[in-house]
Amino acid sequence: MKAGRWTLGTSLLPLTTVLLLGGLAVLYSAGQTDVPTAVTGIWLRQLVWIALGVVVAVAANRLSPRLLEWLAPAIYAVSLLLLVVTLLAGVGAGTAAGTRSWISIAGVRLGQPAELAKLATIVMLARILGGRRNPPRDIWEAIPAGIVVAVPFILVGLQPDLGSAIVFVAILFGALFWAGLRPSLLVLLLSPLLSLLFAFNTLLWVVWIVGLTGFVFWSKPYLLEGVVIWFINFTMGAIRGFLWDQLEPYQQNRLLSFLNPDIDPMATGWHIMQSKIAIGSGGLFGRGFTAGTQKRLAFLPAQHTDFIYSVVGEEFGLVGVVITLGLLASLVWVLIRIASKVTDPFSSMLVFGIACMMLTHIIVNVGMTVGLMPITGIPLPFFSYGGSFMLTCCMAIGLALRMSRETFGAAYHAG
Amino acid sequence: MTWFHAHEVARRAEIGRLVLVVLFGVLFLAFFRLQVLGSSGYGRQSRENRIRRVPVPAPRGLIVDRNGVVLADNVPGYTIAVVPPHPDSLPGTLERIKAIAGIDSVRITAMLRRFSRAPQERVVVLRDAPFDVVSALAEKRVAIPTLSIEMEPKRRYPYAGIAAHVVGYIGEVTEQELASGTIPGVRGGDLIGRDGLERQYDKELRGQNGVRDTEVDALGRTVTITLDIKEPEQGKTLRTFLDIELQQYIAEVFPEGARGAVVAMRPRSGEVLALYSAPSFDPNRFAGRMDRESWQELAQAEGQPLFNRAVEGRYPPASPWKLAVAVGALKRRIVTMDTRMPTPCAGGILYGNRYFRCWYEAGHGDITLREAIKHSCDVYFYQLGLQLTLTGLLEEGVELGFLEPSGIDLPDERSPVFPDSPAYFDRRYGPRGWTSGVTLNLAIGQGENSQSVINMVKFYAMLANEGGEAPLPRLVEGSETETRSLGLSPAQRAELRDALVQVVSGGTAAGARVAEFNIAGKTGTAQNAHGPAHGWFIAFAPAEAPEIVVGALVEFAEHGSDVAPLVTRIIRRYLLGPEADRRRLELVLPADSAPGALPISSDTSLTRPLQPNGQ
Repeated sequence: MKAGRWTLGTSLLPLTTVLLLGGLAVLYSAGQTDVPTAVTGIWLRQLVWIALGVVVAVAANRLSPRLLEWLAPAIYAVSLLLLVVTLLAGVGAGTAAGTRSWISIAGVRLGQPAELAKLATIVMLARILGGRRNPPRDIWEAIPAGIVVAVPFILVGLQPDLGSAIVFVAILFGALFWAGLRPSLLVLLLSPLLSLLFAFNTLLWVVWIVGLTGFVFWSKPYLLEGVVIWFINFTMGAIRGFLWDQLEPYQQNRLLSFLNPDIDPMATGWHIMQSKIAIGSGGLFGRGFTAGTQKRLAFLPAQHTDFIYSVVGEEFGLVGVVITLGLLASLVWVLIRIASKVTDPFSSMLVFGIACMMLTHIIVNVGMTVGLMPITGIPLPFFSYGGSFMLTCCMAIGLALRMSRETFGAAYHAG
Repeated sequence: MTWFHAHEVARRAEIGRLVLVVLFGVLFLAFFRLQVLGSSGYGRQSRENRIRRVPVPAPRGLIVDRNGVVLADNVPGYTIAVVPPHPDSLPGTLERIKAIAGIDSVRITAMLRRFSRAPQERVVVLRDAPFDVVSALAEKRVAIPTLSIEMEPKRRYPYAGIAAHVVGYIGEVTEQELASGTIPGVRGGDLIGRDGLERQYDKELRGQNGVRDTEVDALGRTVTITLDIKEPEQGKTLRTFLDIELQQYIAEVFPEGARGAVVAMRPRSGEVLALYSAPSFDPNRFAGRMDRESWQELAQAEGQPLFNRAVEGRYPPASPWKLAVAVGALKRRIVTMDTRMPTPCAGGILYGNRYFRCWYEAGHGDITLREAIKHSCDVYFYQLGLQLTLTGLLEEGVELGFLEPSGIDLPDERSPVFPDSPAYFDRRYGPRGWTSGVTLNLAIGQGENSQSVINMVKFYAMLANEGGEAPLPRLVEGSETETRSLGLSPAQRAELRDALVQVVSGGTAAGARVAEFNIAGKTGTAQNAHGPAHGWFIAFAPAEAPEIVVGALVEFAEHGSDVAPLVTRIIRRYLLGPEADRRRLELVLPADSAPGALPISSDTSLTRPLQPNGQ
């Protein structure tokens, strides 16, 4: 078990440390603009958050899986309560000034409960799914898990915070997959979302519905299940227009400019264009640390949060991108490995949920900078400036370390 | 089977890792596409993002006179411009500075139109901004980062109105000119010659604009003023034949408030020493800001100051043109200087059913051609014209160059009005709509004949020159040549010249005689439809070896004899220098007139429409 200890818990800690330090360096560079702004000194504040994050991680590390499992409903309830409070009394900030994502007391913004709610939901999912003996055989058995995710999903979506809502969906699918739900059922569960997307093009949608019908017959689910899935798909396509109208104009613009950034480079597609220019001009080796002109001259929007990875691309080039993407992929890889090796189902489900959360954040955030994903404004773990998400990530890593130590604890204590 | 079976979990972990690898692989490919395949394109876009190419205007070349005295140079001026980062921000920026800069909505509309055509180029708001405006806007630069205050050479004309018509002025290139591409190498905001030498030699004077690369940030704030610069090249210095001292003297002695033109030229070379038109204007007003109202005011001002009467004005040539009739008749050997006409002058002559009067009601009597020139006898020239016939008269006129412009190197010289053949009258009045009476009118320089001052001066240079050859009037050294000549024998030319000397020593311009040298010249009184007659006097001196020929026309001066002393003073000043003027000149003013003539064609009218900025 000694080798396991090395490949699991111990590699997580240095990986996280390197990412934290590298992220801080990039954040420092993000503040180095020719005309100084509030971002200039922000790396110092991030340093404070990192310090707090270490404290939180150590604290989380002290929670045993059993205690955590027992506490899960309470944690979940508190996070939901915070989300409700946010919805009632929240304020906007930064690039999303029109939303209610922040809890503030006397004008001081304390944090974004949505970030912590992600971890709380993972814990609650782990308790529900980890406690099962058998994998969910059909859609109906997945419903409790679906409700656990649906509540925070709706509360976050109402803020509205589209990006975080997407993360909740990703966590649910990851957890159901890890719990052994049949892949065909997963696809069917995912299908309403795809139907919604395809509904933007009638022909595509018709093709999708026909294909789905064939898939339902081929995968042979229970009759009612198949009918319900098919019906939901159909409904999704039908109410597409209504849902679209529910979106805020800036969200519509973001989706549209994601689909075609050249539509109006001065307005909606501006951010994507500038990010691609920054990354593309970085070339193979980059413009050099702090030397990126797109960033220096403020062409790069939200260069310390949403578009921090564009700074990496501009200043370190493809070489830097490969190194940082490699580190981030390794982190998720190690988390999956821990999830697959731990002996306790709750711990396994928890760590896999964390892996899903991290992966979603990475793919959506980085994908956004190169125009592969819509601009949803979700942060990049360890890179983007932001206290709540930094604490969430540190806590998640602390928990993952604890879960891995739990399994290999004997060796750990013996050694 | 529990979901948490080690084998099952390991299989799912495999799938999870596969998804992980695929997702990161897609990300890697996206970065590879941008950073390796698209690197050069995005690199260029990144540069274009931050670098604004600001033109550095080239100072125009100097214009100097024959002695190197500066007629046009450059002084530093301030230009206010806006470098817009964003098309949407320009209207707002202009709105914010319009009160300080004093620009109206018409100007703003024009600027927005200019910008929409070339969004990469800066928008010039105000040229030659006054210092208080510059300092007021300088304070605003923090709030309006796109505001740019640039040094730009400003044109200065030290002699202002004295040489305005010949030197000309400049103005900003218009949208239409840019769109049509008629002026090569010009970009928006450039200044180009609008009139006079500035326009004629614009290409040489303009020079080569430089370019400065300025680094700006996303808000359009200038971060680095000069990343790279291509220095501008000043235009070539234009050395003219003008003698600004003489020009200045002409402006001083020209009758106060009168309208007209004076041209002084060296007869042999055609070097134009002075070219003056009155009333004049101050070309410095065009150098910087020129608002519509000022332009309208100048363009529509009483007396049309922008109108160059020396080359654009066309007047009945009147008595000075009698010499053309004399040259034609002598050349065809119809007469000699001593020939008398069948009918002596008794104050008039009956032709057809109409009585054509001589200006001298008492009559000149039975006189020779020599005396007829001296006294400008109309009756003599009526008969000489008839002997030459209408066809002969027109042929000789065309031969002597009265159908074509003089060819001076100035823009907008207008072609004379002159019938190319008798068919002209058929076209104009119908085959039976005119009589041979037109011959009589033409013979005394009236009728369908309108000439510019420069063209008449050119003709008198032919009379002045030893070989009778015509010069090509030039302000600047050029390669073109003129082949026209009088076509008379040296003896005939000498006799004609003597007759012209007689005009001044004892004829119609006797009052213009000077003691120091002989002046040969001819007065004229041009009947015209617009009011009192215009006065002409064209002369050259010294008569034996002419060094200068001067022609003057004063509108509504009644008599050429009034103009003669003006020309004499100019000649004296040129030949004798500044001290000549201190000696007092006794001027006796005899009368010279012309009979009533056919109505003057409307071609002589001065109401040419003028357009602001470029005609």
